[in-house]
Amino acid sequence: MPMNAHDIEKMIKDGIPDAQVTIRDLAGDGDHYAADVVSESFRGKSRVQQHQMVYQALQGNMGGILHALALQTSAPK
Amino acid sequence: MSGINEWIDNEVKTNDVIVFMKGTPDFPQCGFSGQVVQILNYLGVPYKGVNVLSSDELRNGIKEYGSWPTIPQVYVKGEFVGGCDILREMFQAGELQDFFAEKGIAVSAPQTA
Repeated sequence: MPMNAHDIEKMIKDGIPDAQVTIRDLAGDGDHYAADVVSESFRGKSRVQQHQMVYQALQGNMGGILHALALQTSAPK
Repeated sequence: MSGINEWIDNEVKTNDVIVFMKGTPDFPQCGFSGQVVQILNYLGVPYKGVNVLSSDELRNGIKEYGSWPTIPQVYVKGEFVGGCDILREMFQAGELQDFFAEKGIAVSAPQTA
């Protein structure tokens, strides 16, 4: 069963409390999303580490029911 | 260490650039894998593509090997670089070309790509 945008946003924010999360539904099918995550906790970390932090927040859903989440992460400018 | 883990480890260590992907470089079967293929082809980087759809053992094994839940996964000189989103970001920022140059891997596209 696909996750809705609100669930994804909530999970990321639960895992990374200061995160600003923007979710876009890419295909309008509730299955292909893009997430833009901005958090101070990403500062000084590699892109791989930043993505790992989001994956951790998503607690194993990434790669499973969330097989199509395009992810962009950054520290606040 | 299970057999599949050893096999993956050997592939990662014996190929300068290797992509674990859905489908093959000639026929990617997922948009994210397709994007990685496009970027690497554009840069003219020689790489090996491994189709994880060929076996469930491999498909699950690579996720464990990289501690990374999604496919594709790109490794350069034994180092995990990232998935499609990271590769695309690096490419768009012009960092990917520099990264390959640093690793001593020939890139045929111009630096300003």
